[in-house]
Amino acid sequence: MRDEDVFIELDGVEKVFEVRRKTGFMKRERRTVRAVDSISFRVARGEMVGYIGPNGAGKSTTIKMLTGILTPSGGRLRVAGIDPSRERTRLAHRIGVVFGQRTTLWWDLPLIDSYKLMHRMYRIPDARYRENLDRLVELLDLGDLLDVPVRQLSLGQRMRGDIAAALLHDPEVLYLDEPTIGLDVISKAKVRDFLRELNTERGTTVLLTTHDLQDIEQLCSRVMVIDHGRMMYDGPLAGLHEVGESERTLVVDLERELPPIEAPPARVVKVEGPRQWLAFPAAESAAVLVARIAAEYPLVDLSVREPDIEAVIAKMYAEQADRAERAIS
Amino acid sequence: MGSGRLYLTVAAGGFRRYATYRLATAAGVFTNTVFGVILVYTYLALWDEKPHLGGYDQAQAVTYVWLGQCLYATLAIQGGGAEKDLMERIRTGEIAVDLYRPADLQLWWMAGDMGRALFQMLGRGVVPFLFGALFFPMALPTAVTPWAAFVITLLLAAVVSFAIRYLAALSVFWLMDGMGVNQALMITGIFFSGMVLPLNAFPGVLGEIVRALPWAAQIQMPADVLMGETAPLGAFAFQAAWAVALLAAGRLLQSVATRRVVVQGG
Amino acid sequence: MAERSALLEGLRAYRLIAGMWVRSSMTYRTSFAVTVLGNLMVTGLDFVAILLMFSQVDSLGGWSLPEIALLYGLSATSFGLADLVLGSMDVLGGRMRDGSFDTLLVRPAPVLAQIGADHFALRRLGRITQGALVLGWALVSVEVEWTAGKVLLVPLMLVSGAAIFCAFFVAGAAFQILAQDAAEVQNAFTYGGTTLLQYPPTVFGKDLVRGVTFMLPLAFVNWVPAAYVLGRPYPLALPSWTAFVSPLVAVACCALAGLAWRAGLRSYRSTGS
Repeated sequence: MRDEDVFIELDGVEKVFEVRRKTGFMKRERRTVRAVDSISFRVARGEMVGYIGPNGAGKSTTIKMLTGILTPSGGRLRVAGIDPSRERTRLAHRIGVVFGQRTTLWWDLPLIDSYKLMHRMYRIPDARYRENLDRLVELLDLGDLLDVPVRQLSLGQRMRGDIAAALLHDPEVLYLDEPTIGLDVISKAKVRDFLRELNTERGTTVLLTTHDLQDIEQLCSRVMVIDHGRMMYDGPLAGLHEVGESERTLVVDLERELPPIEAPPARVVKVEGPRQWLAFPAAESAAVLVARIAAEYPLVDLSVREPDIEAVIAKMYAEQADRAERAIS
Repeated sequence: MGSGRLYLTVAAGGFRRYATYRLATAAGVFTNTVFGVILVYTYLALWDEKPHLGGYDQAQAVTYVWLGQCLYATLAIQGGGAEKDLMERIRTGEIAVDLYRPADLQLWWMAGDMGRALFQMLGRGVVPFLFGALFFPMALPTAVTPWAAFVITLLLAAVVSFAIRYLAALSVFWLMDGMGVNQALMITGIFFSGMVLPLNAFPGVLGEIVRALPWAAQIQMPADVLMGETAPLGAFAFQAAWAVALLAAGRLLQSVATRRVVVQGG
Repeated sequence: MAERSALLEGLRAYRLIAGMWVRSSMTYRTSFAVTVLGNLMVTGLDFVAILLMFSQVDSLGGWSLPEIALLYGLSATSFGLADLVLGSMDVLGGRMRDGSFDTLLVRPAPVLAQIGADHFALRRLGRITQGALVLGWALVSVEVEWTAGKVLLVPLMLVSGAAIFCAFFVAGAAFQILAQDAAEVQNAFTYGGTTLLQYPPTVFGKDLVRGVTFMLPLAFVNWVPAAYVLGRPYPLALPSWTAFVSPLVAVACCALAGLAWRAGLRSYRSTGS
């Protein structure tokens, strides 16, 4: 990545919290927690990056430092050349933030009123505001919702409404914290389609945290994994599967009880009556596997389960520890 | 599980729920103490001007102030006890779930409110009262009997307090919004319980009226019993009569209200 | 210059957000009407207590009813103004607990203005109305030989008093950042303060009066300047010019509260809690 393309830049960024833990009645113990432990990465203008990790890994803390909510305890951090914690309000004009589980829309007022507030609070020129609003309303399918009080919107509608609110002022980067959490399949698809469009058509840089590996699979060419405040992996998603040697699971319902299906490299891990569970490497195509099984077995129904992030990371850990042990001996 | 144990469990739950907010409780203790100090001085000035107002001497007026601060949260004088949750459940329709529980609705909510009251008393009420006793002259009995009678009046006061708020909460079945009722509870609670001035210091006919209303059972009666200003049995009778009347009214309103819910299909 | 534009930005953001809250509350019209009325009555109870006292006595702490009504009117009106402007700051603790405080920090507007305008409610006009009515009655009832200086002092007291109470609200908000559940402590100083000032200083113990003169300078909301207007001895035998220093006291309080707020916000941004 060329230097002039770098948009987000972190060099050994740290965030240390002091927490007080109750250890008994009226007794408290102080200890420090490194929520983010010397993290470095760069994101180029126009990239779409997935930022994943288990709960409490330090994802939110990183996003809070990038948006200027929290001040880093150490290291260097720049977004668009600005130090977020020192120039919070200047940066605010250039970034958009969507907190998945907290709406910033006005509960009792029609959706459009929240947008009018953004219009004035961000001092968006009238022509630009109207143009952006029209585009976002069309792409996010908000036309019928503008006059509906936010409290009457479904979770998916509200999420789309929140995304639009975060983009009215043309931010150069959009941070999304769990944008698809709790949404139904159709809403998830709408949100993902929109983000893809935003990134490819408008060149907006997108950084999203998620628990849903499908978000990453469908959107991000690059993924960063963080755990215990440390960067575990930074690269393409396929590489993550290789590192983690993660497996997906195919659950098939057959017409009747049959002996375990033979379809290498998949292997049967569990049989329950006519239902069988097959594990196969995540990098393999599920379609090919399904076609092969369907050709040979009386298939009634099937589903594919993605490996969850926790499992992938757990494997990554185990391997690292393994390697470290081998290095010592 | 016997039904007695069931309600004990509910009461324990009410106690624990409020006990989790330690810092908020400490903040409440502080605020009650500050208000107690302010009120004590104004009462002292008033009793200085007119000694034996309402039959109290200065030490008794001071005692009344600190008792009021002690019972303010305990009896949810301005609202904010179990009735708040009850109103919310009626408003959202979750009350239908409560109706299918194999327990008595009124007793269930009363048990929870008693648990809350006990916590507010111990956690929030006792410290300001002790502070008052330490720094201001108070008229506290040394014998055991008045204290024992006082405990009984407190219990009855808690029941009357709950019964009033339960009735108010049930009105939400018809009003569908608790805002106005809460305001009314707050205003009547503060004024008629004698939070602004002891009821025995109210002038003329107004005084006669406020001393006959159920709110008189909340602070005035326990205070008078503790300081030996009234015969305990008479006070018990007054409180118990109001408790029975209000609880019965609550029961009646409850049956009308629940019939509505059942007819509407929940 | 930078400070000035931050102030203007803050006022602009405050206006925008307060407007949204007013519109929100108007979607529940009946509730709005009921709460305005209720607010008026609840705040009126304090004065009813004073009237009840005066049904039994002719003076309290040596002050007549109109004189105490003047104290009451000044205290209630200036507190009402502060309460209207910043009275919802006790929601800050809740906003920090549920995480919605963070959403304010990514907006291009001063956080204090945003949190100050949070839950802005016109029903608080009830308190101001009630205080102003008592004040109006007191002004025509007190026996005072009005001079230009005394007339001028009345609006000056209201504005300074409101500013002093605003400073208390802001300091309370800063405290909430450190102790989120302890929002009620703030009530002891704000609601407690206005209640205290409704009675004459002669009623209270010397140490308490000293405390609210030199430590928490509540005495400058009304006690000291009103003593000048009424021609009464000053509390603690303060020199006579102190009747006119309320604006300076208010500015100092606001500056200190501003510093406390900044420190609180800095601590939040470095500790995340």
